[in-house]
Amino acid sequence: MTTTHQPTTPFDMGGIGHSVRRKEDDRFIQGAGRYLDDIQLPGMLHMAILRSPIAHGRILSIDASEAEAMDGVVAVVTGEMLAAHDLAWMPTLSGDTQAVLATDKVRYQGQEVAAVIATDPYIARDAVSAIFVDYEELPAITSPQQALEEGAVLIRDEKEGQTDNVAYTWEAGDREATDEAFAKADLVVTLDTHYPRSHPAPLETCGVVADVDPATGEATIYLTSQAPHAHRTLFAIVAGLPEEKIRIISPDIGGGFGNKVPIYPGYVVATAASLLIGKPVKWVESRSENLISTGFARDFHMHGELALTADGKILGLRASILSDQGAFYADAQPTRFRAGLFHICTGSYDFGAAHVAAKGAFTNKAPGGVAYRCSFRVTEASYLIERLVQNAAYELGMDPAEFRMKNFIRPEQFPYLSPTGFVYDSGDYHTALRKAMEMIDYEGWRRRQREPHPEGKLIGIGIASFTEVVGAGNSRTYDIAGLKMIDSAELRIHPTGKAILKLGVKSQGQGHETTFAQIVAEELGIPFSDVKVQEGDTDNTPYGLGTYASRSTPVAGAATAVVARQIREKARRLAAHLLEASPDDLEWEPGRFFVKGVPDKGVTIQEIAFAAYTDFPEDMEAGLEGVHYYDPPNMTYPFGSYIVVVEVDPEDGTWKVLDMVAVDDCGVRINPMIVEGQITGGLTEGFAKANMQWITFDENGNCIGSNFLDYLVPTAWETPRFRLGETVTPSPHHPIGAKGVGESATVGSPAAYVNAVIDALWSKGVRNIDMPVLPHRVWGALNGVEVAP
Amino acid sequence: MEVTVTVNGVEYRRETEPRRLLVDFIRTDLGLTGTHIGCDTTSCGACTVLLDGVPVKSCTMFAVQANGHELTTVEGLRRDGELSPVQAAFKEHHGLQCGFCTPGMMLVATALLGANPDPTEDEVRWALSGNICRCTGYANIVKAIQSAAATMHEGVRA
Ligand code: FES
Ligand code: FES
Repeated sequence: MTTTHQPTTPFDMGGIGHSVRRKEDDRFIQGAGRYLDDIQLPGMLHMAILRSPIAHGRILSIDASEAEAMDGVVAVVTGEMLAAHDLAWMPTLSGDTQAVLATDKVRYQGQEVAAVIATDPYIARDAVSAIFVDYEELPAITSPQQALEEGAVLIRDEKEGQTDNVAYTWEAGDREATDEAFAKADLVVTLDTHYPRSHPAPLETCGVVADVDPATGEATIYLTSQAPHAHRTLFAIVAGLPEEKIRIISPDIGGGFGNKVPIYPGYVVATAASLLIGKPVKWVESRSENLISTGFARDFHMHGELALTADGKILGLRASILSDQGAFYADAQPTRFRAGLFHICTGSYDFGAAHVAAKGAFTNKAPGGVAYRCSFRVTEASYLIERLVQNAAYELGMDPAEFRMKNFIRPEQFPYLSPTGFVYDSGDYHTALRKAMEMIDYEGWRRRQREPHPEGKLIGIGIASFTEVVGAGNSRTYDIAGLKMIDSAELRIHPTGKAILKLGVKSQGQGHETTFAQIVAEELGIPFSDVKVQEGDTDNTPYGLGTYASRSTPVAGAATAVVARQIREKARRLAAHLLEASPDDLEWEPGRFFVKGVPDKGVTIQEIAFAAYTDFPEDMEAGLEGVHYYDPPNMTYPFGSYIVVVEVDPEDGTWKVLDMVAVDDCGVRINPMIVEGQITGGLTEGFAKANMQWITFDENGNCIGSNFLDYLVPTAWETPRFRLGETVTPSPHHPIGAKGVGESATVGSPAAYVNAVIDALWSKGVRNIDMPVLPHRVWGALNGVEVAP
Repeated sequence: MEVTVTVNGVEYRRETEPRRLLVDFIRTDLGLTGTHIGCDTTSCGACTVLLDGVPVKSCTMFAVQANGHELTTVEGLRRDGELSPVQAAFKEHHGLQCGFCTPGMMLVATALLGANPDPTEDEVRWALSGNICRCTGYANIVKAIQSAAATMHEGVRA
């Protein structure tokens, strides 16, 4: 562990560790970003979708005659029409099938029932309201508990062999060893909590412009896609189109956070419509459509138990999960892991045994289960263990910081094999927590907490010391729909020493055009401003699984470093030729090879690049370029300690953040400014979930949270101020020691906020309040009153 | 109906349906796609433009209501080939990530600094409270706006 990484290149070169300003910003600040909805093609038609107003019902009839007769309407598409082309159902990312347009039943409010293609988006929407559908309503199932009740109506009656509402069952860890640990415990602490349904809600919604050329059959599909290559392959499989005829172009993306990983029905319908009509078709969902139908996140009902010794050591963890999957099992996650990577729930602590049992249920809600700023359910895992640990400390009469220090995995234990099978690559949890405690003056706040408050407010201090697992794969263990979780980089150095780097991942605001150019600058000494980074166009980038689960830096970043190093080796041989020296006699400094001991006798990378096309040895291939596919040897394990101080008003149940510090260790930081930007954004999302942001349903399955009036996201006004700190524990297996950071704060912070509120209320007997910790829930908990959700 | 508006100093005369939203008029009819759409409930501010210098949500006005008025969109922030102090500060202080909220944020900031050249942090945050950003957590947006205010002071003094 060090405190910061010292750059080895000059600032203007912009290698690792420099907070150079972002290259992509020039277009964004001038309104010249090109997002999906900005695309206009000649003859383009517009699509709008008719959605189910009810949560569960049989479709008796669809009458589209009035819509079809409207001026400007080109076609009305129904499920039956798609069925004729075998397109009414599509596979999900978890091996289930999902209706593209409903044929038999609707299974959630907002489900796609029909689509209108028209010459103008206003007309398309008019026509949608002129389609009449007759439903026979069925009882709505609005919770997984209800779904599993005896005699519950079968949601997936179309699915062969499905006789109940169970979507999956899964387990990890060692049940017997865990039972033994619990048998030895002096004390068992339990927690039941619901991590509510949430939605990534990037500010730009999802959309597509499908352009199938009737003459050639070539399909150019502009898509709000975090994973354009994987989507090309899935499109080929779903639509039966030859893959070489599909070109996915993911333009500038207005935020993704996991929402733009799945393939949605609208994409398939628009593509089918373009194919059949022979014109480009655009579909951009509204915010309501986005929130009501596309990839939700979380919705885990969690039960956790910690086995403890009287002197404060953890012996074991038992967790059981009931997940609310909605009507289709569509989690975006690696194939082998049915509850994502939830089994990382032993967190930052060293103990011998753990067991996780997970079950998913079908309900009458939208499908999804995307990793919202999260590496496949690591958020839920981190939340459960960090909440349990605090409760355990109180039950033992210990300070939660002291309890954590006592149970943390120690630095010398890395690499550490966790009881559920992860191999943590590196960590120094004690130092991170100590630093956070110093930054916030932990002892000082504990003193202030004990003093009587002049206005009767309650002070609470909450800690979360999270560990993440990010950067999937390796390919042996991790695949999505069979596609191994590798990623790649192709780097070409032009004769004048400028370069283009092509990647299979796709930025949605993370700053790839800058960060990845900085890796090239570090490895080759080419100024970052001379390196163009290209992503998103499957015809012009090498294959990759995409950007989510904090995997761009761990996987594509590693690929970039490796390919740059390969190129540097060729550059060494070219330099030897130019300098008439042996390659072994050359030394490298950023941007230049020189003869050992003779620093004046050297050539720059730019001179070498020129020679690669103008003056290369006879036995050498011309050019200076390469491509590398990186298969990570292991995941990376970013960690951190967050401490929040809140003030709770017992009169009305409101709470506000008085101070928050976040100490993050994401290994080597390529661009500290961008890293801190990611963390600040993530802390805000964590606050949102703890404080206000959730999706719920009434007993009829009506979605509450289908627009920004009900689904509350914080503005600048509500967002707390954060103070950031860092430690640096480089990943030992990553070429540049980086670990990934886009999600750490969203994963780690929710427990810190909630722990702070519970800390304030513990002495009043409050043991749990589910997120979001709304004022009426706080008030109800304080007064022992059952309140509406 | 015919609408005449001046956008970023250029006069446009167009036929439009009475129900056409100003945001669609700007984005599609005028081709100025820097103005974005992020919601359907007047909540997010991605569509913010200045109407006679005052921020409005262009998703919540009809194009015909802008008849005879002057609009500024993000494309009009640059003056004499130079980035405006607000634009420059957003880049300098990493006030944007995906960039989708950025035009709206910068227009609100421009109007704020026109009316209040030296806003406190709370005043900046209050001014931004009709605009949602899902990426940045706002801290750097606030910093950028306060720094733009300082730059503009220097400009006045120089
Ligand atoms: S699009 Fe206008 S406020 Fe959201
Ligand atoms: S930068 Fe993405 S919404 Fe603000």
